[in-house]
Amino acid sequence: MIENIANTLSGMQVFDIFQSMTLGLMEPRSHLGEAMMNATVAADDYRPTKRDYSLIGRDARRAVEIGLSAAEWYHTDVPRKQMKELMKRDDGPAIRDTMIWLGVLIQSGAGGALLWGSWWCVPFFLVYGVLYGSSTDSRWHECGHGTAFKTQWMNDVVYQIACFMIMRNPVTWRWSHTRHHTDTVIVGRDPEIAVMRPPDLVRLVLNFFGILDAWQAMIDMVRNASGRLSAAERTFIPEMEQYKAIRVARIWLVIYLATIALAVYLGSLLPLMLIGLPRLYGAWHHVMTGLLQHGGLADNVTDHRLNSRTVLMNPVSRFIYWNMNYHVEHHMFPMVPYHALPKLHELIKHDLPAPTPSILAGYREMIPAFLRQLRNEDYFIKRELPPTAQPYREEFHAEGKTTAE
Amino acid sequence: MTEWIQACDAEDVEQEDVIRFDHAGRTFAIYRSPDDDYFATDGLCTHEKVHLADGLVMDEIIECPKHNGRFNYKTGAARGAPVCVDLKTYPVKVEAGKIFLQLG
Repeated sequence: MIENIANTLSGMQVFDIFQSMTLGLMEPRSHLGEAMMNATVAADDYRPTKRDYSLIGRDARRAVEIGLSAAEWYHTDVPRKQMKELMKRDDGPAIRDTMIWLGVLIQSGAGGALLWGSWWCVPFFLVYGVLYGSSTDSRWHECGHGTAFKTQWMNDVVYQIACFMIMRNPVTWRWSHTRHHTDTVIVGRDPEIAVMRPPDLVRLVLNFFGILDAWQAMIDMVRNASGRLSAAERTFIPEMEQYKAIRVARIWLVIYLATIALAVYLGSLLPLMLIGLPRLYGAWHHVMTGLLQHGGLADNVTDHRLNSRTVLMNPVSRFIYWNMNYHVEHHMFPMVPYHALPKLHELIKHDLPAPTPSILAGYREMIPAFLRQLRNEDYFIKRELPPTAQPYREEFHAEGKTTAE
Repeated sequence: MTEWIQACDAEDVEQEDVIRFDHAGRTFAIYRSPDDDYFATDGLCTHEKVHLADGLVMDEIIECPKHNGRFNYKTGAARGAPVCVDLKTYPVKVEAGKIFLQLG
């Protein structure tokens, strides 16, 4: 099968396909999970529905053939001078936020540990869980882009810490997110599509508790720690980087084994409540916010205004999420640090659909769309543009027009 | 045989910034460092062919606007994922306020 693909594609495209395949076979959970979990199905066992989400399947090939992959995406015109100001890096905001994050994390964890055995520990672990199992999603994301801090080693340190907590191999996941930005919600190409069509609602609900994600992450970690990379992994992770993926997995495995051993020795779940389990009981916030990024919107379009959603949120969620609620803006200009996204939003909002006014409004829009997609997977929510905006490229919406709102 | 091509005025490039220069079907990026030195590289990122002139210059680094891949624009060296292939660099000279590139 791979040879057949190779016969029809250029060398670089084949590399990309191999890269996708590796992501598909390896572990994949997106930061929301579903896409990459589905992609773990081995290529030969894959049974495509109308949309073929396999990263080496029919739609992947089609996307490459028709130029949907690695396409030129729409960008709002922003004068260079203003864009330079917005892109400017600054250590201050991220140092402040990281001190708050780690400070509250340590205090809530200590509070939970001290009150362990009484119900009073519950609110402490609710806070600790979200800071451990959700805020690390955005720290992984921002530091992976290298935009959170001006100083690169600070990005690297927080990236490594966040990767451990969110259970994402730092080598593997750097590459997965690169593809997500190249081919955002392009079927067969994007390994981080959170909700495929028709939606698997059971999987979606389970992911609120991180159950599938964490289990798959453990399997991958043990495999990597044993020194084994799959054949696909070896084609995708550059040879000079492979030892890093193995080394990280071994360090992580030692930490988890030590935590389990301590829990057994103490005859208490407490060590696991502090390391590991928060990835489950604290995952809900990052899934809640993450689903809003693209859920229910168009696929196979090259305009982030159509396939991404900006949602106005409360300040606490924005702190946890590091402003990724400005998601159209982030995808359009990934060079802009999280702390400058509100300014970017103000600058280009004339060219964007009106932001969704709240998380609740987002779910009121999204859940009915998911339910309709169970009956008609071609259905999607079409975002309306203000009169001041540049128009969409309608040629990409010929199929969707009949079913979009 | 090498050829010096006039690209633009030196003042067209702001300090610690980059501009795009197209010539004979090719595209280049011309940089002005914080120390007011000028450099030139191929204009497209070696990762996914994105114009580097839309990126961010920080000291001696150019960051690609698409995936945040980094290069040292003075040497062309790739500085981390997702870029793995170095950029080609070109000699630059400034004469009478004009920037010239030597294209091999």
